[in-house]
Amino acid sequence: MEIKRWLLIAIVAVFSHTANAVLKIDITEGIEGATPIAVVPFKVDVRTGLKTDIAAIVSSDLARSGMFSPVAETDMIARPTSPVEVDYKTWRIAGVDHLVIGEVKSTGKDQYKVEFRLFNVYRGEQVLGYSFNSSRTHIRTTAHQISDLIFEKLTGLPGAFNSRIAYITSQRTKGKPIEYKLQVADTDGYNPQTLLTSKEPIMSPVWSPDGSKVAYVSFESGLSAIFSHDIRTGSREKIASFKGINSSPAWSPDGKKMAMTLSKDGNPDIYIMTLDNKKLRRMTSHWAIDTEAAWMPDSQSIVFTSSRSGKPQIYSLSLNSGARPKRLTFDGKYNANASVSADGKVITFVHGGNNSYRIATMDLENRSMQILTQGPLDESPDFAPNGTMIMFASVDKGKAVLAAVSTDGRHKHRLALSDGEVREPSWAAKRY
Amino acid sequence: MMSFDLNQMGAARKLLVVIAFTALITGCAKGTKPDAEGAVDEGAAGAESGATVGTIGGDASFAGTALEGKVISYEKEAINDPNNVLSIKTIYFGFDSSEISETDVEVIKHHGKYLSLNSDASMRLEGHTDERGAREYNVALADRRAQAVKKLLLYQGASASQITIISYGEEKPAAFGHDEESWSLNRRAELVYE
Repeated sequence: MEIKRWLLIAIVAVFSHTANAVLKIDITEGIEGATPIAVVPFKVDVRTGLKTDIAAIVSSDLARSGMFSPVAETDMIARPTSPVEVDYKTWRIAGVDHLVIGEVKSTGKDQYKVEFRLFNVYRGEQVLGYSFNSSRTHIRTTAHQISDLIFEKLTGLPGAFNSRIAYITSQRTKGKPIEYKLQVADTDGYNPQTLLTSKEPIMSPVWSPDGSKVAYVSFESGLSAIFSHDIRTGSREKIASFKGINSSPAWSPDGKKMAMTLSKDGNPDIYIMTLDNKKLRRMTSHWAIDTEAAWMPDSQSIVFTSSRSGKPQIYSLSLNSGARPKRLTFDGKYNANASVSADGKVITFVHGGNNSYRIATMDLENRSMQILTQGPLDESPDFAPNGTMIMFASVDKGKAVLAAVSTDGRHKHRLALSDGEVREPSWAAKRY
Repeated sequence: MMSFDLNQMGAARKLLVVIAFTALITGCAKGTKPDAEGAVDEGAAGAESGATVGTIGGDASFAGTALEGKVISYEKEAINDPNNVLSIKTIYFGFDSSEISETDVEVIKHHGKYLSLNSDASMRLEGHTDERGAREYNVALADRRAQAVKKLLLYQGASASQITIISYGEEKPAAFGHDEESWSLNRRAELVYE
């Protein structure tokens, strides 16, 4: 409760100045059992004129991971900003395991040096300390880098905060056609930028492995086509516009190939395109629907959705020629749209049944399935790059929102637009 | 662009026409009502079989009955006549199904005949699904729905070059609710003359 209130205050404060609609975050479930940590407001040199609250960004990142329970600023028993001011005993009494302090110094107009230190309160020692050069435009990136370093030090897992998400928004205004947008933003929903606006649907955004491009499907010409959009230059390339459907793009782990679904030969099947020469290799050939390919990290096989058993189920297919698909899901009559964890050990997918569509995971080694969400209309699951969270699309009180759930199912948060609907999240492996 | 920008009212009106039309043919209101009421899940095959119409006695009796409410003619302007059978331009489906009910088969046949007799006419055939399940699977499902309609059009002599299929999946709903009432209106193929 406390954390939720604190987050709302912080988010309203930082987000209210932007013109573009920003995703608002709500922690909805599960803060018990999380590690208490205090991120004390950084000491800021007045000459910087800096208004951005780095500590609030770091606290928000750590809280969203579900693994940390940051102390509300109003509940802090002290506000140390340098090591000599840290009194471990008072933090121990307050039940805080870890403490973060920092300082922002001016190094020129809109140029800063940002320092932070992480202390283990019980051992009474500094465990991490870094100094960054930053600037007015990069200050939030620096804050997310700090979050990643703290997360990695304390959990042993790489952080996934300093990255980007892509998603589709749609805005319905009475008497006007729906307006579709492809947007990218920081992982906390801040700094949204629109890559494409259209009166026709945009769907299936997916990041290239290096985080420099987003592939997606656009119906802007009246027919579907797959595009690759360079987020730095804004230039884009039409990759596929065959007769029939052009759907479900998926970059290979090395970024040189793309799996996609085409119906140019009469039926939705999966093809792999070599991107530099646009050569296609047909991977499936079946009268049923085959779609939604996702690569295994070793590039030796894909998983995909097929209705060849009569209802959609997840299959795997080795890319060696002559291989036959192997069915992976047997529990329930609707399993679709799989995404693979970065270590290749787990898949997440949409599990339907009893008129409810929920996000589930399957351990590929022992084939055990776990249902993580309540539904009823959850879809488009995508792993965070470090595998600790799954971001997905959901309908909450009649409105399409993004949500995230920890892979153990205990922690959930929601990202909603104040105005309009948002869906199909894709989490970049890294920030380009 | 065209009729896929239907608001909910428009779609509902079309649905009523379909139901009324069906009732005329079959003498019962079961016909092409898009789905059974209440929860429809994987068991939608049951809803589909409920839509089977058993009493159409060939084309003659079909035409005779339809004439009470709908004009049958294939003149060039017939597609703009709200009283013509060709004014029925939306075909509805059961959940996760691309099966077409017998009554809708008859409706599609009239469109096929129109296309074959008006070789300069062309059609955008749009496939749609409801919002449930995976979005890209729904694009493929919508494609199959449109393909099923196209097959019947070609059977009547329409030329493949007259028909362009576009599969939207769940991206362009006709109704925006998150319930069976809206879902049944959204599982559809739209026949749009260009």
